Amino acid sequence: MAETQELVAFDEAMAKYDPVLGFEVHVELNTKTKMFSAAPNAFGDVPNTNVSPVDLGLPGTLPVVNKSAVEYSIMIGLALNCKIAESCFFARKNYFYPDTPKNFQTSQYEDPICYDGYLDIELEDGEVFRVEIERAHMEEDAGKLTHLGGATGRIQGAEYSLVDYNRAGVPLVEIVTKPIVGAGSRAPELARAYVAAVREIVKNLGVSDARMERGNVRCDANVSLMPKGATQFGIRSETKNVNSLRAVERAVRFEIERHAAVLESGQKVVQETRHWHEDTRSTTSGRPKSDADDYRYFPEPDLVPVVTTEAWVEELRSRLPEPPAERRKRLKADWGYSDAEFRDVVNAGVMDSIEETIAAGASAAVARKWWMGEISRRAKEAEVEPSELGVSPQTVVELDRLVQAGKINDKLARQVLDGVLAGEGSPEEVVDKRGLAVVSDDSALLDAIDAALAAQPDVAEKIRGGKVQAAGAIVGGVMKATRGQADAGRVRELIFERLGVQA
Amino acid sequence: MSEINRAAVAHLARLAHIEMTAEELDKMAGELDVIVDSIKSVQEVARPDVPATSHPIPLTNVFREDVVGETLSQELALANAPDAADGRFKVPAILDEE
Repeated sequence: MAETQELVAFDEAMAKYDPVLGFEVHVELNTKTKMFSAAPNAFGDVPNTNVSPVDLGLPGTLPVVNKSAVEYSIMIGLALNCKIAESCFFARKNYFYPDTPKNFQTSQYEDPICYDGYLDIELEDGEVFRVEIERAHMEEDAGKLTHLGGATGRIQGAEYSLVDYNRAGVPLVEIVTKPIVGAGSRAPELARAYVAAVREIVKNLGVSDARMERGNVRCDANVSLMPKGATQFGIRSETKNVNSLRAVERAVRFEIERHAAVLESGQKVVQETRHWHEDTRSTTSGRPKSDADDYRYFPEPDLVPVVTTEAWVEELRSRLPEPPAERRKRLKADWGYSDAEFRDVVNAGVMDSIEETIAAGASAAVARKWWMGEISRRAKEAEVEPSELGVSPQTVVELDRLVQAGKINDKLARQVLDGVLAGEGSPEEVVDKRGLAVVSDDSALLDAIDAALAAQPDVAEKIRGGKVQAAGAIVGGVMKATRGQADAGRVRELIFERLGVQA
Repeated sequence: MSEINRAAVAHLARLAHIEMTAEELDKMAGELDVIVDSIKSVQEVARPDVPATSHPIPLTNVFREDVVGETLSQELALANAPDAADGRFKVPAILDEE
């Protein structure tokens, strides 16, 4: 790791060079079984228990294609505006590595199931960038290696490796972009937004769990630079292991700075695989492209072609949910939130909760107030997502109804929410059980007001003299005496009545 | 005209992880070349209107429903492994990068 690397500041690099990007995003499908065997597709199970003879590449076994995996792949293609191949087949990609027990990966080569698509990516300021999709093809995941015996757990210096084949054969769709030209200094931002959009789409389709931290969505980022105004692409590097959105943005930025330094020193960029390291926020050299990358693809003789019909594809198209970007646009308009308000809602991860709360009967403003306010605050304290706190849309609607009816105030509503989350029942039930209702009996309030006025005669005198803002001190006294259960507005009115003052 | 020369065989042998002696490389280069020449005659018959065959039986869409079936136990999965530890296959250090 002791590789020192010259970098050129990003702005300086952008003044002289145009970046060209390309992405390969691998999406693990969440089918119940694997791509070619009936073994479970599950994460986190005991090693080597979700394996069948097919997954282990044992002699004499035959793969059989998972129909759902094919359908999910087509749905991804349709969501990426791709054409769907009328006929396609699988191919063997031959290489030796212990994570691949068959010594080949079953993939697609010449004819991917989906091709020629595009995705419009909206950047934060609203600029839309079209990313062209070259292809999306079906393949299988490899097993998981753990390197042991070395000092760092890294592959370098390891004495041996352990292999768990539970992941071997899990269905993958690899989405490959065409070269992305013209992003300029927005390249790192676009990289992040593109991967985020793909992740959101596959999650929205329900075809992947789309959890990057579990490797459900993995990105390899290709970067090259060419002098400004040039049309011939430079030599690219391919950075692997960029497995968070932040890492995608940083890795692209880093590689731009590194390439610029190489080119500025008059050298050539080496075409190679690079590895992203989140700890040092830098890439290191993997292996250069060599003749070992001769995968000798050939058609998989154990599998027959996949043929799609228009009727089948259209049936799958009819299953597609509303695209996330369009849904956001629609909801923002429906709710009447400002750009900033809506962005905050999206970033806080409460858009779905707000939608459900509005559907349950709350106004857009009330739903936002609760989810962005009290519920988000509690979620932050508990270090969970707001939606995971256990507050149902119905609870929010009912709390608001109680506040509107004057039965409780905002302060009491928070105590009611405590009760609901503690499992004491619905908001109404909590109000009853805890005796939290606002004191609305005027005579009880008047007693408390008289006591407060008597306790602060100088304040009472000021109010009589027309200093209506002094009433706050009396209201405070009454609220204290009623343990917050008074309606502050009503208390104020009664104070003025009592003192014969026109407020 | 020789299509398969000694260098090509050495390359393929390396890709396939097969160790070959100098004599074997010479012999194999000659033999493979004969085979390639024989197969070549297929090209004379196959016109552009004849699609490439990857499977001898004209079947399509042989699918399996997405239903979980039988799996091996961990013990059985590891039964033929030359070495194992912690329920996993144990393999020698991999010198190449990931």
